[in-house]
Amino acid sequence: MRLQVNGRSHEVDVVHDDTPLLWVLRDHLGLVGTKFGCGIAQCGACTVHVDGEPVFACMVPAASLEGRAITTIEGLASADGALHPLQQAWIDHDVAQCGYCQAGQIMRAAALLAKNAAPTDADIDTAMAPSLCRCGTYLRIRAAIVDAAGGRRDA
Amino acid sequence: MRDESNDQIVRITRLDRRSFLKFTGLAGGGLMLGVTFGCSRETAEEAAPTTAPTSRPFEPNAYVQITDDRIVIYAPNPEIGQGVKTSMPMIVAEELDAAWDDVTVVQSEIDFERYDRQFAGGSRSIPQNWLPLRQAGAVAREMLVTAAALRWEVDAAECETRDSAVIHTPTGRRLTYFELAAAAAELPVPDPASVKLKDVGDFRLLGSRVTGVDNADLVTGAPLFGIDQQLPELRFATFVKCPAKGGTVVRANLDAVKALPGVLDAFVVEGNGNPAELSEGVAIVAVDTWSAFKARQALTVEWDESNAAKDSWSAAVTRAAELAQAEGTTSVVDKGDVETAFADATRQVTAFYQYAFASHAQLEPQNTTAWWHDGKLELWAPTQTPQGAEAAVAKLLGLEAEQVELHQLRAGGGFGRRLINDPVVEAAAIAHRVSYPVKLTWTREDDMAHDFYRAGGFHSLAGVLDQAGKLTGWRNHFISFSHDGTNPVVGGAIRGDIDPGPFIPNYRITQTLLPWQTPCGPWRAPGSNVIAFAHQSFLHELAVAAGRDHLEFLLELLGAPRWLEEGNPQALHTGRAAGVIRRAAEAAGWGRTLPEGHGLGLAFYFSHAGHVAEVAEVSVGPERRLTVHRVTVAADVGPIVNLSGAENQVEGSVIDGLSTMLGQRVTFEQGRAQETNFHQYPLLRMPRAPRVDVHFIESDFPPTGLGEPALPPLAPAVGNAIFAASGIRVRRLPIIEEGFS
Repeated sequence: MRLQVNGRSHEVDVVHDDTPLLWVLRDHLGLVGTKFGCGIAQCGACTVHVDGEPVFACMVPAASLEGRAITTIEGLASADGALHPLQQAWIDHDVAQCGYCQAGQIMRAAALLAKNAAPTDADIDTAMAPSLCRCGTYLRIRAAIVDAAGGRRDA
Repeated sequence: MRDESNDQIVRITRLDRRSFLKFTGLAGGGLMLGVTFGCSRETAEEAAPTTAPTSRPFEPNAYVQITDDRIVIYAPNPEIGQGVKTSMPMIVAEELDAAWDDVTVVQSEIDFERYDRQFAGGSRSIPQNWLPLRQAGAVAREMLVTAAALRWEVDAAECETRDSAVIHTPTGRRLTYFELAAAAAELPVPDPASVKLKDVGDFRLLGSRVTGVDNADLVTGAPLFGIDQQLPELRFATFVKCPAKGGTVVRANLDAVKALPGVLDAFVVEGNGNPAELSEGVAIVAVDTWSAFKARQALTVEWDESNAAKDSWSAAVTRAAELAQAEGTTSVVDKGDVETAFADATRQVTAFYQYAFASHAQLEPQNTTAWWHDGKLELWAPTQTPQGAEAAVAKLLGLEAEQVELHQLRAGGGFGRRLINDPVVEAAAIAHRVSYPVKLTWTREDDMAHDFYRAGGFHSLAGVLDQAGKLTGWRNHFISFSHDGTNPVVGGAIRGDIDPGPFIPNYRITQTLLPWQTPCGPWRAPGSNVIAFAHQSFLHELAVAAGRDHLEFLLELLGAPRWLEEGNPQALHTGRAAGVIRRAAEAAGWGRTLPEGHGLGLAFYFSHAGHVAEVAEVSVGPERRLTVHRVTVAADVGPIVNLSGAENQVEGSVIDGLSTMLGQRVTFEQGRAQETNFHQYPLLRMPRAPRVDVHFIESDFPPTGLGEPALPPLAPAVGNAIFAASGIRVRRLPIIEEGFS
């Protein structure tokens, strides 16, 4: 199959036609920023964008995505290396504890901001509900999203 | 490209991440199998300077390395989300007077000789390493000062240090540590005990907010975690064990599995009789993780369960309810005259508290990469106890200690689960059988079925009050579990001096142990995380029965400020306890008029040497729908190292505590965990995360850890608030079992 990931074209051979995108990214393309957490679309650690929409990479077969634009956490920053405002906000707010869920959180938040540049707290809660953080960094995630959206600057 | 050495590719990543991406894209045409990224941008082997130094580096001890272009501080302990990869080097940097921006933090190698015990557990990293880390920085600083004084031919006492430089105060002359490193390297290293440490009041870096050292890598998806490890020719394994602990393989359709597409090998791995190391199972190795996971769906194993666990949670609940009617058979503590206190009491209150087993649910599934090559077993693992992992692997495979080398990688959560190294040992056993490196990845279902669970338990409590409403007597029959009929399981023990024992004149704890085979293990603040719920909720019940304000009742109970163990700064101090209780109550507005339907609940708990009080504000809607509006926390763990990290630990502990008390339980029938994944084991999601206000009382006592002590008070604080808001007393965890949602 031929996949378009982070603006680059990749020819990938997999054994199984139903191989989820997650394992193609991690095991075949070496893009390990996208995480395995539950395998059943419950935790959101595997969240990537397909044509700008947040998708659970653990569920969607890679073969179904030929011709679609896939963006992973590795491709979120600009081509010149400048961080996405969310990535910078995540650093500024020291959001992470273990950090394992954060790539998925940032990708989900990026999809939200692309559609809604000034989300309310309620908008953020609704959009982010599919992504679990076992360490409980939700308050900082919320503050970082508000910050990246140019809203009030939380301590 | 498969011939590229690890070192070469690592250098490319380090020098220029973008050209690395370009390089791998060009060379691989997208197929990246066999390409290595190095395990992390900051592994020990990458610590060598990027350009050859002009002279040998200044390395006065295991923690500090200064060359003419950088300052490296080694982080010795596993990073599991508790922040020690940032906070421990900060302590060194403080005494060194290094500018934090000049510092590169490197995860150290696992080396008992150099670092003593390297582990993450018991909130011990900071208290145990506080002095050695300060001394490491101070030794380096003193040698740099000496080097500068020699260069200037002045008295070292005329020099001061700041921002990675020595300054000759009278003349204002200045030399940077980079300029002094080579000269300092030639000096004798002073005795660490002889160097002067800063006064706490002179700290510049400690107590400030520092963002985590891995954050830039985390937000760009760089490889950091155990599960991210890649190697040339890496293959992917899954390991299938009996769903009831202790089952062994009678037969399995290995030939059929081996014939499946993508499968390279399948074989039985014999257990060694110790579930904390190696349980028997079937290993499947494949070309990628998905092929391995798919193959296990076609695997059929006949298990011999004659010696396997038959545990039943529902049977334990029934039995405990019967046992609760009497006292236990084993005495834990019997202080004063409990019989007389109960006979003379004005008022008696009884209650039965219960909590289910729980899973750790650390988000990064268990994994280890292992490679048996050149007579050496090399491991890459996210473990909390790397030294224990190396020892267990060496013992299992009959290897010498130096034949096993574990690279410590960042862990996606620990919570106590990764203190036990079963996944590491499994991966080693599998890799020892094949000729290529193997990454073993557990499924979430493996993780939930093969945890070392937080033990469930039951407390049959009785307390008595005198005419003045004073608490005069307390009985607890604690019913928990035992693997061997004698010793409680981990988390199933109770100490005789546990809060509130020291404050009640007539106090008795008895215990009954029910048989239980499924492994139990340490789960964030072991024991305390559930005993706090039972004891601190019941204390509130007694305050209510006495018609007294909970805050006033607790403060009176604590009495005059004193150490409970004189001379032990790790012990409970009643003044520190009262301090956090007052601060939390004041900050939460204890006693204020609340919105309709709201209630405040208070709880204090002392665990892992930390004094923490929490006040929860909740409301209970129709059909017992719980909303936690705000949790106010006051903690005294001594001086704060990294304020940002410390607040994060407290916020996380509150949310973890709430998440667990709301809906998390693992039930067992026929030795099998009934819950399999997050759809049946709900973690709190963002919409239900309460506001958390954190207040630290930075007392002058030595600092203690913060990974655990803010968790235990949460459940009783919320339970007490539910009572205040609704009149409903919560006595069972998770509270979905009491009809809450």
